[in-house]
Amino acid sequence: MAKGMVIIDEDRCKGCGLCVNVCPVHILRLAEGRFNAKGYRPVEVTDPEACTGCAMCATICPDVVFTVYRQRRRPKQAAVAA
Amino acid sequence: MATVEIPEDMELVFKYPESLTERHTHYCPGCTHGIIHRLIAEVIDELGVRERTIGIAPVGCSVLAYYYFNMDFAEAAHGRAPAMATGIKRVSPDRVVFTYQGDGDLAAIGTAEIIHAANRGELITTIFVNNAIYGMTGGQMAPTTLPGQVTTSSPTGRDVETAGWPMHMAELIGILPGAAYVTRQAVLDVPGIRRTKKAIKLAFQTQLAGLGFSMVEVLSTCNTNWHMGPVEALEWAKEHMVSYYPLGDTKMTDEVRALKEGK
Repeated sequence: MAKGMVIIDEDRCKGCGLCVNVCPVHILRLAEGRFNAKGYRPVEVTDPEACTGCAMCATICPDVVFTVYRQRRRPKQAAVAA
Repeated sequence: MATVEIPEDMELVFKYPESLTERHTHYCPGCTHGIIHRLIAEVIDELGVRERTIGIAPVGCSVLAYYYFNMDFAEAAHGRAPAMATGIKRVSPDRVVFTYQGDGDLAAIGTAEIIHAANRGELITTIFVNNAIYGMTGGQMAPTTLPGQVTTSSPTGRDVETAGWPMHMAELIGILPGAAYVTRQAVLDVPGIRRTKKAIKLAFQTQLAGLGFSMVEVLSTCNTNWHMGPVEALEWAKEHMVSYYPLGDTKMTDEVRALKEGK
């Protein structure tokens, strides 16, 4: 189960690659052989299961392409009770 | 766009700010203007002042900033954003007024305006984007161009003997008594972007608390006119610009420090 999830608004992407460079788990790449409405190669996720939801891609993206979700931290008490 | 199912145990941690319009920007791929626009929008969202904020757009690449911010905006003549902001703020003191200016706008044609606005202690906030070149007009030498830096108007590199030295605006404005908070930050990596956002927030809080003039200088890139890739431009700026333009606060009054520590 992935810890995080990104939603990519492909048509906003300009293919600058800043997110690809900062992703700590290296799961972003620019699409091969496919283009968005602007004519750029949009960013895509290669391994959604590895995403940690750290939002570094979204922080450096100049075009607000990403929306990021992250797993809620489970309350510690529940773990003790179980 | 296809609908995506969000698992129940996931929470939203990053979303499109309300203070930006849906419009796609005209900036080049990798241009850091987009990052700085977003940081301002996030800060305005967090402070909950969008309905009473008025931005002043400059002349330069960010001349069309009024299309991208979801709030009231005015367009100033080249370099005159601080003068226009002064007028708007004095007539409507309940508004949050900020200027968004590049180095050609603030450090060249508009140097007089920004220095006098800061010295008068106008209750406005200025976001100064320094990318060491004139972007919109085709990559000519700016007052902030580094010594030896090649531009279309300094093809053998900036010669300080004839072209003078780069302007350190944050230091210049930091010594003025009217300025309450002046800082230089950089959006060249993720930690820097986070620090820049905090600085922008403190600058707006300085204005909201009526403590005086506030300015955030943001070291930025222009990969197109530097003739580099977007990632390479960030690295170049980290290596060359940050050593020439040191990061950090050049002015923080005791009141602003109390505001910062109280938050």
